[in-house]
Amino acid sequence: MADVHDGATGGEAPETAVEKHSSSAPSPGVAVERADRIQNPGFPPERLRVTDLDPKKEKAAERTVSGLFLLSVVGSVLAVVAYVAFPIVEGQPETIRLNNLFLGLGITLGLLGIGIGAVHWSKALMHGHELVEERHPTRGSDETRAKAVEIFQAANKESGFTRRSLVRNTLIGALVATPIPAIAIFRDLAPAEDPVALLKHTMWEEGVRLTRDPSGTPIKASEVTIGSAFHVIPEGLAELESHKLEEKAKAAVLLMRLPLDRLNEREDRKDWSYDGIVAYSKICTHVGCPVALYEQQTHHLLCPCHQSEFDVANHAEVIFGPAARPLPQLPITVDEEGYLVAKSDFTEPVGPSFWERAL
Amino acid sequence: MRFTGWAANYIDERTSASTAVKALGRKIFPDHWSFMLGEVALYSFVVILLSGTFLTFFFDPSMTEVEYEGSYVPLQGIPMSVAYHSSLDISFEIRGGLLMRQVHHWAALLFVASIGLHMLRVFFTGAFRKPRELNWVIGFLLFVLAMALGFTGYSLPDDLLSGNGLRIIDGMIKAVPVAGAWISYLLFGDEFPGTDIIPRLYVLHILLLPAILVALIGAHMVLLIVNKHTQFAGPGRTNDNVVGAPVMPVFAAKAGGFFFLVFGVIVLIASLFTINPIWNYGPYDPSPVSAGTQPDWYIGFADGALRLIPPHLETVIFGYTWSWNVLIPLVGLLVFLAAAALYPFLEAWVTGDKREHHIAERPRNNPTRTAIGAAGVTFYAGLWAAASSDLIATHFRLSIEGVIHALQFVTVVGPFIAYFITKRVCLALMRKDREIALHGYESGRIVRLPGGEYIEVHEQLDDFERWKLVSYEEYQPLMVRPDARGRITARQRVRAGLSRWFFEDRIAPVTQKELESQRH
Repeated sequence: MADVHDGATGGEAPETAVEKHSSSAPSPGVAVERADRIQNPGFPPERLRVTDLDPKKEKAAERTVSGLFLLSVVGSVLAVVAYVAFPIVEGQPETIRLNNLFLGLGITLGLLGIGIGAVHWSKALMHGHELVEERHPTRGSDETRAKAVEIFQAANKESGFTRRSLVRNTLIGALVATPIPAIAIFRDLAPAEDPVALLKHTMWEEGVRLTRDPSGTPIKASEVTIGSAFHVIPEGLAELESHKLEEKAKAAVLLMRLPLDRLNEREDRKDWSYDGIVAYSKICTHVGCPVALYEQQTHHLLCPCHQSEFDVANHAEVIFGPAARPLPQLPITVDEEGYLVAKSDFTEPVGPSFWERAL
Repeated sequence: MRFTGWAANYIDERTSASTAVKALGRKIFPDHWSFMLGEVALYSFVVILLSGTFLTFFFDPSMTEVEYEGSYVPLQGIPMSVAYHSSLDISFEIRGGLLMRQVHHWAALLFVASIGLHMLRVFFTGAFRKPRELNWVIGFLLFVLAMALGFTGYSLPDDLLSGNGLRIIDGMIKAVPVAGAWISYLLFGDEFPGTDIIPRLYVLHILLLPAILVALIGAHMVLLIVNKHTQFAGPGRTNDNVVGAPVMPVFAAKAGGFFFLVFGVIVLIASLFTINPIWNYGPYDPSPVSAGTQPDWYIGFADGALRLIPPHLETVIFGYTWSWNVLIPLVGLLVFLAAAALYPFLEAWVTGDKREHHIAERPRNNPTRTAIGAAGVTFYAGLWAAASSDLIATHFRLSIEGVIHALQFVTVVGPFIAYFITKRVCLALMRKDREIALHGYESGRIVRLPGGEYIEVHEQLDDFERWKLVSYEEYQPLMVRPDARGRITARQRVRAGLSRWFFEDRIAPVTQKELESQRH
């Protein structure tokens, strides 16, 4: 392999394992090397420490270090004492704080004693001269590299890796194919259903009552006063045996009443509200946080995660922030008892966008 | 003593340990405060492993719903997952449990922070140059892994705050073209939130990711030993030597002591300051959310990127939805991270320098690189600040719209401003260095000459001090030259253009001739 590239091929230095030209001077690129640059003055005279000069100071430093190590022992003992002396007593939350504080301070003392002691030992007492070690180029010596190339060549010759190209290529093909089952077996990470179908439906359907989150009590239209906002879940959600949070993550709704003169409704959605009461999905169309903050003077909804703002008076359209689409509206009316009910499911998928959303 | 000798012999006859001691025992490590940043990262990782092991003995990652029966009164009777329940139990029922939770969390915050600062140190001193480019890439992977470990760990208690974090991840995954809804479905094992995500993240958090991290730390350390540590320029220090303390005993004592210092400070913080009070947030529920929601600091830049996107960025093409409001930040961050990972190779290509570099540069002596770094830091800082946009608005009584627009400006225009200011400051500092190297420094001693004139006496630097100011590399822009076949390739033009941009403003180091002419 190496002798194929023997000799310059033009352009930059040939990148071979064995370079024939001097290996000790790699290209400096665009660096400028001046002949009259200032020369390295060599090591400055050494400065001795007080502990080198004064035996008394040395002795004092020795005592400090061992004192710190002893303090560490004291700290570790205190930590065990604190563990026993400050138990957590049920009904007294402040005991948790005391346990945390004194156990922590004991361990801290145990650790810092060793740490400060060891560092002080090394700085004040250990032999303080700086030592010098030579660096060598990271690359192996020419001899080593030639040997390595020889080994590869021998291995290649003995195995016929290059020569028996059919064997080699089929091996590569087999190695590429083996991980495929590993990818396939991850299909059962989730059930067999199609997630896209699931994402497009919620628990809401015609006649389902709007109920309070989390108590599940139904809401009368007369209870929704101007300025108030209700956090709403569909009736029956609280009683679900399974998939409660999954359903809630799609079905959560905000219910507000606006003065009729402030409410600007699309012609085809005039009958989606009831007497100024509107219901919108609470799940942000950006990345799905609950749009939980309602400003009752401006009728704006704010998502506390990424500050998208929606104007409830104007079909919940986006007026600020990263969201792209208005919050989906839940068509509502009242049943014969005066409770608010859904007229149907949402007419579009709620929550964050996904590839197949508009299909 | 006889026992030590016997034990050493016993071990060596079975492991050849003396070879390792001979090779590494007196290895030299140079000293500088900034070299400790990587050590802080390493030691806080050890603290994370120790405290995390304690936590695994008590934590149960199941998402099965139970009713809370613990001692924390405000949550009694409330349905929650077993994971959240056991996190509360660690905090409230087990002595030292809260301490270990807080040690673990604080150490994790420190871990990512120290990796970040360590990377900045390596970047700004050019310590990523040959032969350390690969170790830079390994370090970069460690940084990404640290963030992944942080995020997975932060999600495990299944509290309201972390659950909303997972909700955001779910929303971002769903925006991925073609497969988004499917990836989310498979990851969560159901529709969001499902009952599988916490156990799955737990396995990633305590097994897979730490195993990869430990392996990469090993590789990072091996390359550190092979390449030897960089050192700052100083008298007697050259590109061909290492000056400092030997591993045994000084460096071992300092580094070992420093481990205990880092550990001690983390425990001190954990015993005094609360972190992540999950009992205040409540169990995860997709409907409520608290105002001022924000992630741990190191995820802030990603969250901020989501917040800074202007409204209405989504298009439907042939019925398929492209969520640009998520894809732009996602791709933007990936490009930013890729640029950081690949920077050493880009710079090496522009300089064409294939020599080994073991002297850490002072940031001012490479103005363009330092300016690029400052631009990157500004970009990151803009995104990071945006993750607290709502808190900035409420604390300083500003409108959220104003804060977002200001931070959009900082993130988009700020890097350019930072670039130009930094580059000018670096060049000015280099001029100042040159001035001091040539003419000495102002001594503060005012002398009146016989003629009545006042002058301030300038004191010359000694040779050792001067060396620090003059011993830097000088480069000049690459000239466009035809190759062997007489052509000028487009690649070469690009390279020359970049090289000109990189090196055209430069201050040459003081030469011996200049110095001597000053003296006479």
